[in-house]
Amino acid sequence: MQEALRFRPADAEAVDQPDFVKQARLLRRDADALLRGLSLTIRGLRKSFGDNEVLRGIDLHIPAGQSVAIVGRSGCGKSTLLRLIAGLETITAGTISFGEETRAEDVRVMFQEPRLLPWARVLSNVEVGLGRERTSPDAQARADSALVEVGLDDKRAQWPAVLSGGQKQRVALARALVSRPRVLAFDEPLGALDALTRISMQRLLERVWQDQGFTAILVTHDVAEAVALADRVLVIEDGRIAHDIDVNIPRPRRRGSAELAALEGSILKNLLQGTEDTSDL
Amino acid sequence: MSLIESLPRVRRLRLPRADGLIPWIVPLAIILIWQVACVTGFVSARVLPAPSDVALAGWKLLLSGELVRNIWVSFWCASVGFLIGGSIGFAFGLANGLSQLSSKLTDTTLQMVRNIPHLALIPLVILWFGIDESAKLFLVALGVFFPIYLNTLHGIRTVDPQLIEMGRIYGMTDGELFRRVIFPGALPSIFVGLRFALGIMWLTLIVAETIAASSGLGYMAMQAREFMLIDVVVLSILIYALLGKLADSASRALERLTLSWHPAFQKH
Repeated sequence: MQEALRFRPADAEAVDQPDFVKQARLLRRDADALLRGLSLTIRGLRKSFGDNEVLRGIDLHIPAGQSVAIVGRSGCGKSTLLRLIAGLETITAGTISFGEETRAEDVRVMFQEPRLLPWARVLSNVEVGLGRERTSPDAQARADSALVEVGLDDKRAQWPAVLSGGQKQRVALARALVSRPRVLAFDEPLGALDALTRISMQRLLERVWQDQGFTAILVTHDVAEAVALADRVLVIEDGRIAHDIDVNIPRPRRRGSAELAALEGSILKNLLQGTEDTSDL
Repeated sequence: MSLIESLPRVRRLRLPRADGLIPWIVPLAIILIWQVACVTGFVSARVLPAPSDVALAGWKLLLSGELVRNIWVSFWCASVGFLIGGSIGFAFGLANGLSQLSSKLTDTTLQMVRNIPHLALIPLVILWFGIDESAKLFLVALGVFFPIYLNTLHGIRTVDPQLIEMGRIYGMTDGELFRRVIFPGALPSIFVGLRFALGIMWLTLIVAETIAASSGLGYMAMQAREFMLIDVVVLSILIYALLGKLADSASRALERLTLSWHPAFQKH
């Protein structure tokens, strides 16, 4: 009796308040997304290197502000797709178009390697990310605030060589964020990190994506990471999109929850179809 | 109490000074043993004069102004020859590292010329320039050209392509890319070339001054040999050693200054 009495108001409050917070956040994100995220449409995209056809006709629409994970076996063409979106390779056939006119600073890539300039201090490395606005008077202030965002403002005067792997990757993230990109492409950004650093980096990535509302495209070989971070998972096989899966699991997602595990299991099953090794799944 | 307090202070004071002195212990010991060997008659003065005699000869030459004049001539030839050959080598290294066309046009030729030992040109150089400073300048410039050229080229070609791609993605212009990525990336290799070149610079100068010169330290040594002034010969050899050490220290200091980002140069 007593328990029930106590339970109800507490329950009501627990539902009400986060709902309110979530709504406010969603509202903000919607407003931001209108301003920030870019939608992306790909039609009939093909890419060959010599005789080797890596992408064989990709059709894809990504709405503004969505976070999409691209998974697939190594050599399936997922990194090539990302490099094409980022403009790092030339298209063999097909089109990639963004919702609106883009500046060079609107699309940023983060690689598996941090690719920091070893001869520049952390702050100047972040300033590199400003692109053509590098020389503007507020460049340093903007680089500083990007460092605050990734929690490394105390390392601004350090050389990259003294940072740990995770810290270097956070500086690379700050460099990618500093120009306020509207599309951010991640090419296995956490691939070289240890398990614990990975988890904290995943949380950081999710947080900045929620705060800034850019369209995120994440290439990863880690299906667990894909379902934990993305709204939508694309499975690429033989240069085509084999599966397009919406991840309708509310955020914040609890690591190791049954829902995530089930989804991860079914995607893995898809990935491994056709190989002999499906018996133990 | 006072002893405990004073201990760390004493150690802090003594250590850096001792660190600076350690490299000089061996040279000083050699000079000391050498002096003792000469004074006791273990080594004949005709074979090797005592360090004190060498110092005395140096003092006399210093008073007559001959020593300063010859050191100045050698130093001038070394630095001007180094600057000329080094700048041309650096320019070719940059051009061939950055431009395919330039590399195709000149690299093969330069690689062929590189295989000729530059000192083999001495007879020709004497015929062309006679035996004054220009002959020495030419040989030094030719000698330092190749290490600077090769290492600059190598440095630029081995700059991490991922960093170059990163620079391009972030919208760097060609000039910026060179200034912020390619040149700093090539710098460690350029310094390797610089130190090789300094070694070759002294070697070339000594040989050239000994064979084809009318002034300079090598010439002074050859003149002294004719008059059996063995102390002057030893003196000029020692001065060469000091000048070489000086050039090396200067390049190290420059390296420390410009490569402070490099893990090898970080003290903490």
